[in-house]
Amino acid sequence: MKIVNIGMNHETAPVELRECLATEPDSARKALASMRDLECINEGLFLSTCNRVEALFTTQAANEAKASMISLMSKLGNLPKESFLSSLYCYEDRDAVRHIFRVASSLDSMVVGEPQILGQIKEAYGQATKQKTSGVVLNRLMHRAFHVAKRVRTETEICEAAVSISYAAVELAKKIFHALEGKAVLLVGAGEMAELAAKHLVANGVSKTVVANRTFERAVQVAQQFNASPVSFEEVGAQLLEVDIVVTSTTAPDYVITYDQVKHALKRRRNRPLFFIDIAVPRDVQPDVNELQNAYVYDIDDLKGVVEFNMAHRQQEAISAERIVEEEVVKFERWLKTLEVVPTIVSLREKADSILQTELKKSRVVLGELTPAQRKAIRILTRSVAEKLINDPILYLKGKAGRPSLNMYLDVTRKLFNMDEDNGVE
Amino acid sequence: MGSGHRGLARGFWGLLGRDMSFLWLSAAVFFELLATGGFVVYIVKQQKWVFRTSYWILVVGFVFHTTFLGFRYYSLGTAPVLNFKSALSFFSWSIICAYLVFQLKFRLMVLGSFVAPFAAFLMIVSTAMPWIEGPVKPIYKSLWFTVHVGTIFMGNGLFAIAFLAAIMYLIQEHQIKRKRFGSFYPRLPSLATLDGINYHSLIYGFPFLTVGMITGSIYAQYALGTYWQWDPKEVWSLITWLFYGALLHERLVAGWRGRRAALMSIFCFCILIFTFVGASFLLGGYHSFESLVAR
Repeated sequence: MKIVNIGMNHETAPVELRECLATEPDSARKALASMRDLECINEGLFLSTCNRVEALFTTQAANEAKASMISLMSKLGNLPKESFLSSLYCYEDRDAVRHIFRVASSLDSMVVGEPQILGQIKEAYGQATKQKTSGVVLNRLMHRAFHVAKRVRTETEICEAAVSISYAAVELAKKIFHALEGKAVLLVGAGEMAELAAKHLVANGVSKTVVANRTFERAVQVAQQFNASPVSFEEVGAQLLEVDIVVTSTTAPDYVITYDQVKHALKRRRNRPLFFIDIAVPRDVQPDVNELQNAYVYDIDDLKGVVEFNMAHRQQEAISAERIVEEEVVKFERWLKTLEVVPTIVSLREKADSILQTELKKSRVVLGELTPAQRKAIRILTRSVAEKLINDPILYLKGKAGRPSLNMYLDVTRKLFNMDEDNGVE
Repeated sequence: MGSGHRGLARGFWGLLGRDMSFLWLSAAVFFELLATGGFVVYIVKQQKWVFRTSYWILVVGFVFHTTFLGFRYYSLGTAPVLNFKSALSFFSWSIICAYLVFQLKFRLMVLGSFVAPFAAFLMIVSTAMPWIEGPVKPIYKSLWFTVHVGTIFMGNGLFAIAFLAAIMYLIQEHQIKRKRFGSFYPRLPSLATLDGINYHSLIYGFPFLTVGMITGSIYAQYALGTYWQWDPKEVWSLITWLFYGALLHERLVAGWRGRRAALMSIFCFCILIFTFVGASFLLGGYHSFESLVAR
């Protein structure tokens, strides 16, 4: 049996290709249904997110299964095979296990450490169990993958730091205000990035948004998006008394918010902290404002610095995460190898059981009428003799799991116990 | 013969009592040091189970410490603070007590990593000092004395928490202001939380200090015949009280907060420590530990 992983991600395939395969939300379910119908695929799982499309399956005939999987993908995306063949990666066994572990732990993501991927994998696995395409091996593999992801998350700091500017701003705001519930944000000027930052702040609990703009109409327009209240540009000074976070992104050539203005406002607001996120270039908030107590100013370069720092930190942490993945791959392989001895052990048990039944049947006539207690005693006696006899061979085989000599021992066992009936007694 | 027996018995129980209290104290010190180690591991490793384990170890240490103090209170007939060794141990106990109460309210795990080492440090100093014990003068066997000492130390414990929170605040604020994030940045809580802890320890600590000083002066009237006699420790306690009062006033009325309040509470705590140590050893007076034992 082989574990195979075939697919494409943000590194190997351009978005035009990926979106063809992940157009409908239903595509994963369809893919699973077709995979189930394929003879050559034993167990299967189909993962489709905006950054990756891949199939994970176990098979006895790897080449045949790969070929049919590729044609399934081409049918699914309505794409000729040649157009995406070069973008595919394909992993087998140990590499496939490592790959799925890395994907689950977000080491293979575009933004290393992003948390969504684990949820997406869990969903894909949920669908596979619902469609009954996952079995012993995939169940174990996926649960190990979730375990690896959890270990990576708790044992490294890979998921901790924000790696986008607006997210970094939210993190900083939380480090200053603790909770953003009940806090108010003022948006001065409207740029795409400022609006994104404001959206993030609102999503994280900021309860009131105020928008100021040179042209009041524009303020009204932007305010509608956030369910915010528009104010005129002249009111910015007064608003400094009401709000806690200020996001500025005007195109004004000089400072819109000055040192004296903030100093005055802080006194009036009894030193409740003010956090300025200055996304504008040239800057809107006078840099000296940061020197005032309880006022914090982060301009675009500061935020970029935070993001870069966090990125570097994540890369650092990724190294220890890879070590965890490697550890778990080895553990999984060990388990996988014990699977090889399972069929022999099962047939050994079956053989013992069938001998037991036949011999009991034969002796029944001689033994005559028995009380239930006697019958039970005989059953226990025969069973324990049989079990004790085969116990040592079973332990021996389990101990050989994963060794190169295993196949020889399996073969000898099958011959000794005459388990493959065809070569019977000569 | 009978009286000899009684004397022997008293000696035996006294000896056993001392051994027992030594046992409680050793257990307390052991668990508190263990908890400190755990809290240090926690701040480095950031694993929740490490915190939970250390927290419960600290609780166990605290229970032993409380038993020890109760035992001593029972055998001395008064609060066990009559020498510097016992006073330090009681100070350490009150800090842990304040922390445990705060932990229930704020659930701020990292605070333990600052409080436990501080309390453990006091305990180490305390245990390193020789165990000298004279007879307890009857004037100390008064409820007023116990209340005076108990409230003062509870206030001190809370101010110690305020002090530690202020240090944490300054570290965190420095990182946010300078935009350079060290390993403390993700480990320390938000500025608002730290300022809140500083504020709450202050607002609860100050009444304790006030009550402690009032009961002290009532006790002085009852024991020495005068409410106030310009003893150095009295004067320095008053100075400490005035500074904390000023800080509280500025916080409540002038809206001080953040860095300035943190700096001020660190300064106030330094005065408090001077009152606790310096005024007792350097300046003499009837509050000094020598005179507490000698007279």
